[in-house]
Amino acid sequence: MSIAISAQGLRKRYGDHEALKGVDLTVEEGTVLGLLGPNGAGKTTIVRILATLIEADAGQATVAGYDIARQPREVRRRIGLTGQYAALDERLTGRENLVLIGRLFHIGRFAARTRAQELLEQFGLTEAAGRRVSTYSGGMRRRLDLAASLIASPPIIFLDEPTTGLDPASRNVLWEMVREQVRNGVTVLLTTQYLEEADQLADRIIVINDGLTVGEGTPDELKRTVGGERLEITFTETETAEVAAKALSAVGFAPAMADQAVPRLSAPLETGLVGIALASTTLDQLGLAVADFSVRKPSLDDVFLELTGKQGMQRAEAEHTMQEDPEAVSR
Amino acid sequence: MNEALNDSVVLIGRHMRHLTRIPEKLIGVTIMPIALVLVFGYLFGSAMSVPGGGNYQEYIMAGIFVQMMLAGIGTTAIGVADDLNNGLVDRFRSLPMSQVAVLIGRTASDLVLTLVSCIGITAVGYLIGWRTHQGFVKTLAGFGLLLLLGYAVSWLGVLIGLVVRNPEAVNSISVFISMPLSFLSAAFIPLNNLPSWLQVIAEWNPMSAVVTAVRSLWGNPTAVTADSSFALRHPLPFALIGSILLLAVMVPLASRAYRRAVAA
Ligand SMILES: Nc1ncnc2c1ncn2[C@@H]1O[C@H](COP(=O)(O)OP(=O)(O)OP(=O)(O)O)[C@@H](O)[C@H]1O
Ligand SMILES: [Mg+2]
Repeated sequence: MSIAISAQGLRKRYGDHEALKGVDLTVEEGTVLGLLGPNGAGKTTIVRILATLIEADAGQATVAGYDIARQPREVRRRIGLTGQYAALDERLTGRENLVLIGRLFHIGRFAARTRAQELLEQFGLTEAAGRRVSTYSGGMRRRLDLAASLIASPPIIFLDEPTTGLDPASRNVLWEMVREQVRNGVTVLLTTQYLEEADQLADRIIVINDGLTVGEGTPDELKRTVGGERLEITFTETETAEVAAKALSAVGFAPAMADQAVPRLSAPLETGLVGIALASTTLDQLGLAVADFSVRKPSLDDVFLELTGKQGMQRAEAEHTMQEDPEAVSR
Repeated sequence: MNEALNDSVVLIGRHMRHLTRIPEKLIGVTIMPIALVLVFGYLFGSAMSVPGGGNYQEYIMAGIFVQMMLAGIGTTAIGVADDLNNGLVDRFRSLPMSQVAVLIGRTASDLVLTLVSCIGITAVGYLIGWRTHQGFVKTLAGFGLLLLLGYAVSWLGVLIGLVVRNPEAVNSISVFISMPLSFLSAAFIPLNNLPSWLQVIAEWNPMSAVVTAVRSLWGNPTAVTADSSFALRHPLPFALIGSILLLAVMVPLASRAYRRAVAA
């Protein structure tokens, strides 16, 4: 298999803030790479460099076999970009937007129209096609934005947080559209803040924090570093929790007090449904009052904690906003 | 080159579509000059006399057209600033298209807007009694000269929009630049009564050369006398050279500013 995107030692500095501190990545043709990281990690910066919108201060990269610094035009012929914020002309209709981008891709007027119609159908936008984009909902904009980046059928697409702000239904629709591209052999580089999204779509994941790669692997490998699913059981009384802990240990679980404030036990769940059944019967037989019984998947929080030794996303985000130059945020 | 042409045409099409969706914009750029025609033509017209003789209504029209061209600085500057603040520029940058076409598309379509509103002003001028006296070709040449100026200064607008970016600030800076250019020129007032140092500035202001050249092409009174500046006694070459020079300086400057602005 050949390499669609490869980058070595990418660095980028904004004023005295180092947004990228040397990032390497490779994406094989026809696969999906997920760039996972919190706000300000540098995800958008990586995408903008690879899509030739900005120049890196150091490092080099090739996209579709062309050097991004020396042959940006060749790179642009072969990529589609869906940025973090919708890049659409609000005053034009959905169809006009697609045709405009198609014609600027030089696929020809006729081909642009045909392809626009195809994409409008495929993305469920035929009814809204003649309406101005300013009347579109967030989900419709996202779909149109993705459609616009596909108008010239590029072999490589960049998606910067494609589903942030979408409801679960629209998110699923968008995921399905991305999968459809992958089935057609398109290479995808996708950024996200959600482990679940990376898990759903990506073949490989790179975890980025503060301009550095802090972890890399398949979704399964990453999850294994933080363990699998966990059983979390909350009680009303601390004494009940202690009794339950003993009982669960006796049937093969390794429960631990997960929280100081609330009597909550947390135990790795290795046997799936069987384990859930076993735990619930055990508690039921003892007649213990359970306030909450749930199975928790590892979150990006957990991956993050594991990979950086830092507190999870919320904390990292708060720290970040404080350091951030307020002017930089608006850009 | 072919590509730049294709892309410019496509982007002009985009702006033309915008125009049909916000007709207020056309009204906006036309209403001010109409007001000027009425104010200067009727209100001040009776109180003004043109040195060397001639009708003030005929004198004023070329000045109002020049003022319109200068107002185009602001229109273009705001349009460019709007474009920059919109994510669409990022998309354009990721396309294998000619990047300068973005600016050509903007300036060329603003020129079309100016042209359309010129037609409106021409009609109003005709109603208040303005006529040209040198035949069709020279009348057209006068309009050609005006549009050349309009196109050249719209690139100044591009530069302002790119450098300043904030739409409100862009607006006031454009007014700040275009006001003295038109009011310190022979656009509205004969220069003979100005204090001498102001008169020197106004007589060498390129806008004075353009407006005087247009007046002489149209056979309207020019108020040029034997002691007017060299530029005013030879307005046509000065007007042409001035506009072309401005264009030659502004296009590369604006293109460079564009590359800087979008790569931030
Ligand atoms: N144009 C700019 N000027 C100044 N600083 C910038 C600029 N663009 C990005 N930065 C800074 O670089 C860092 C990385 O930004 P980037 O947008 O790449 O993060 P991100 O991972 O995409 O975050 P998010 O999830 O919030 O989109 C941030 O600290 C940001 O403030
Ligand atoms: Mg981002």
